[in-house]
Amino acid sequence: MYARWVLTALLLWPLIAAALILVAPARQAKYVALVASLVEFGLSVPLWWQFVPAGGMQFVADAAWIAPWGIRYTVGVDGISLFMVLLTTFLMPLSVLGSWSYITKREPGFYALLLVLTTGMIGVFVALDLFLFYVMWEVMLIPMYFIIGVWGGENRLYAAIKFFIYTFFGSLLMLVAILMLYFHVGQATGTYSFSYAHILGNLGNLGTLGWWLFGAFFLAFAIKVPMFPFHTWLPDAHVEAPTAGSVILAGILLKMGTYGFLRFALPFFPAVALSPTVQIVIVTLSLVGILYGGLVAMVQPDFKKLIAYSSVAHLGFVMLGIWALTLQSVQGALLVMINHGISTGALFFLVGMIYERRHSRLIDAYGGIARVVPLFAAILTVVSLSSIGLPGTNGFVGEFLVLLGSFRTYPVASALATTGVIIAAAYLLWALQRVLFNPLDKHENEKLPDLTTRELIVLIPLLVCILWIGVYPKPFLTRMEPSAQHLIEQVRGK
Amino acid sequence: MNLDLSSSGDLLLGLLPELVLTAWALVLLLFVAWRHKTVRDLRIAGWLTLAALLSTGIAAWWLWYNMAQAAGLAGMVAVDDFRWVTDWLFLGGAGLTTLISFAYLEREELVAPEYYVLLVFATLGMMLMAGGEDLMVIFLGLELMSIAVYVLAGFDRRSPRSAEAALKYFLLGAFASGFLLYGIALIYGATGTTNLSMIGIQLGIGGGDGGGIMLTAGLGLLLVGFAFKVAAVPFHMWAPDVYDGAPTPVTAFMATGVKAAAFAALFRVLTEAFAHGGAWQEIVWWLAVVTMVGGNLLALTQRSLKRMLAYSSVAHAGYLLVAVASGKSAGTAAFIVYLVAYTLMSVGAFAVLAAKGRRGESDVLIDDLAGLATRRPWLAFALAVCMLSLLGFPGTAGFIGKWYILLAATSAGQNVLAVILVLASVVSAGYYLPVIMAMYMKPEASETVHAEVRLGRLGEAAVAVAVAGLLLFGVWPNRLLDVARTAADSVHAAPASGPPRAAPPPSGS
Repeated sequence: MYARWVLTALLLWPLIAAALILVAPARQAKYVALVASLVEFGLSVPLWWQFVPAGGMQFVADAAWIAPWGIRYTVGVDGISLFMVLLTTFLMPLSVLGSWSYITKREPGFYALLLVLTTGMIGVFVALDLFLFYVMWEVMLIPMYFIIGVWGGENRLYAAIKFFIYTFFGSLLMLVAILMLYFHVGQATGTYSFSYAHILGNLGNLGTLGWWLFGAFFLAFAIKVPMFPFHTWLPDAHVEAPTAGSVILAGILLKMGTYGFLRFALPFFPAVALSPTVQIVIVTLSLVGILYGGLVAMVQPDFKKLIAYSSVAHLGFVMLGIWALTLQSVQGALLVMINHGISTGALFFLVGMIYERRHSRLIDAYGGIARVVPLFAAILTVVSLSSIGLPGTNGFVGEFLVLLGSFRTYPVASALATTGVIIAAAYLLWALQRVLFNPLDKHENEKLPDLTTRELIVLIPLLVCILWIGVYPKPFLTRMEPSAQHLIEQVRGK
Repeated sequence: MNLDLSSSGDLLLGLLPELVLTAWALVLLLFVAWRHKTVRDLRIAGWLTLAALLSTGIAAWWLWYNMAQAAGLAGMVAVDDFRWVTDWLFLGGAGLTTLISFAYLEREELVAPEYYVLLVFATLGMMLMAGGEDLMVIFLGLELMSIAVYVLAGFDRRSPRSAEAALKYFLLGAFASGFLLYGIALIYGATGTTNLSMIGIQLGIGGGDGGGIMLTAGLGLLLVGFAFKVAAVPFHMWAPDVYDGAPTPVTAFMATGVKAAAFAALFRVLTEAFAHGGAWQEIVWWLAVVTMVGGNLLALTQRSLKRMLAYSSVAHAGYLLVAVASGKSAGTAAFIVYLVAYTLMSVGAFAVLAAKGRRGESDVLIDDLAGLATRRPWLAFALAVCMLSLLGFPGTAGFIGKWYILLAATSAGQNVLAVILVLASVVSAGYYLPVIMAMYMKPEASETVHAEVRLGRLGEAAVAVAVAGLLLFGVWPNRLLDVARTAADSVHAAPASGPPRAAPPPSGS
């Protein structure tokens, strides 16, 4: 029973809750939002146990929607999307709680948008109909646009419109590609349908058309990931967005791009994706992302921008792992996707918390604050180490698997990517030193209050995940293995 | 229900909606001859107009419900679903325009109930245009519509811009009519008939070789005439100034009704008469491309909200031309769906503009909307939905319309056109989003800046209907799609038209 309605409930509940927030008194908005997002998380938790690793697509719900065009409401999860859904529902209550004192104006609007965004993100991950996927992909743009544009920093208007237009540009070309796929498969089979399974099963040989279609999908996803050189929207959006916006952007929105590659671009166009030219291009771009992202992060004076560029590097690992297409590398890529959501999410929370106290994100504004805010310093250190990939934390498992798996396919690229880990250690540790440890020479920093209970409640679940995945990643790996294996066979087999 | 159009009884029945509306127009004309002095007269005339439009809509519905079809030889008017559906479109557009006119006319002190008479006559002209099975009827409809709208454009007599708009529209419109008429004459010369299905049969026998120079020239002139009316680039020069100068409700009416009527007639002419002949596909292909690109780029540079909407309406004409270029039944259905969406979103946007404006709305800059969301959240929400729909964002009817056009284009193999359309849409984000941005993300200039924004009850009702329609059709368009599809098939299944030739995309695709 649960299996049939859970995904639909996960999609509908945030919308209902958003409406509730708007009718509730403005002062109650955050409480309603917190309860709503906890309910959402509670609804999704049984997915973890009910999921059967070898069961393929599960929790499938299917209903007619726009019948004249062969559009159906079809949703389901497999070992790839399961974690993305759980990550989304897991980060949402934390984001609400993390915005508690940060958002002071127009609260109902903010929390309502946050919940609408949840629907859009979960929709992207569970959609098994290309029309539904496209709609969700676009729908989540608007709430994010408003979150950046209304509650963002000084340069928010520029960041918001840049974010919107970049994504919009990529996705509209994907729209045309989806339509061409629809007609291609429709003409071949006589059944015009946007169903994922139908299109995947009847693609046949696309020939040169495949290159064009892959290009359109690639552009949409690569902008979202973001791969170098499509990443320029990311630092602006991250820096200007309010804390919760940054957390969700980094934690979930970027994963939509890599998820799109795993779900659509690779299985649909294996011949193109595995052609030497495309392999060289994508592996090179991933490597450039890893190295360039890291090096640029190193010179950032703004802590938030530093984290933003580190995202470019981390997502480079994900792309490398996906394209290496071995079991370890794909599992590693999936794990890096989760880890990045957790660790980078935590980093953004931490920066947001210190920003609320001191109203500055500049690294130079701090120094030696470990003595003033020991709890903050401890947590920031642990999270940074996990982001670097210290053994025992989640970051190590993911990146190690990616490198291990990729070495079989691209030995040189993997060797170069390893330096990315070193660069990560350099920029994060250096930043830690300048923020936490140097002499305490600024008197504004002398009276900084340490983390509050509410802030600890936000961070502790993330810390638990960091250590859990770092020490015992097996439950994650077993759940993703059959799906990853299936994907590889799908792509390699053709 | 089969109507034998050679018997006068059945012919009258087939013309029922037009006759009802004509009768109402005469009633209105008589009413305003006696009562045209007070605001109360104005209101009564408005209500009478709504009654007229509603009863005409019911008449069209009755014929649609009974599945009226023409039997025997083709006559002067078509009796098919396409006509009823387009009738509703015009009536709906006129109805929404009437609703937003109530408060507007009173506020601007335009106490002249003749306004509504002209509106009704223009609507009648549109219905004749879309229903004409003969080029002469289409031309008569066009003239009836145009002359009424020329006067409406200059209705604000005290405003020099309004007068300028009317004169400009009249002069250029007269040229366009001349082109159209000359085109009709040449087509008559080439085929010996002005009846659409007869032309279609003639060309079908001819084997679709293009039909000679005279026919090509005639078709070309005909297209020029229509391109003027729909404001396609490069025949769009009049549009911004006229849209800008005319009273805002009239602008809404022109952007939706006039354009819809011209497109409806164009679809009928091309699919019924020229499905087999005439090299119009390439001409329309290029018109669509330059209109989309030109309209969007020009709109991007505008700071005045009204001029921006004027240029964006040029861009939307380009999207509709893509539907024309796809040349299949799907294109016609896409056109209907798109127009439903476009009518709703344009009327919604112009209604908010009319409420915000004060003595010359052209001076409302996009930035003047700053802070509207804090003062008038519902109005801002409505305008935001309209803007997103104009942008073609999922969840709104504008997306369904655009999606359908893309579907029609790709199904006809017009992939290049589809790509150009989506790239043009990306450009359009550059001028629709700043409106939302101003309303939600910029602080208002002063506390009282939006104090006088007033729509009136009926105007609010019109905006509510528009927004509800946009959201409803954006999520659940099934019924609309069915209606549009049967309507489109009814034109394409006309005896003379076989399967249309797939348009060969021009070089470089």
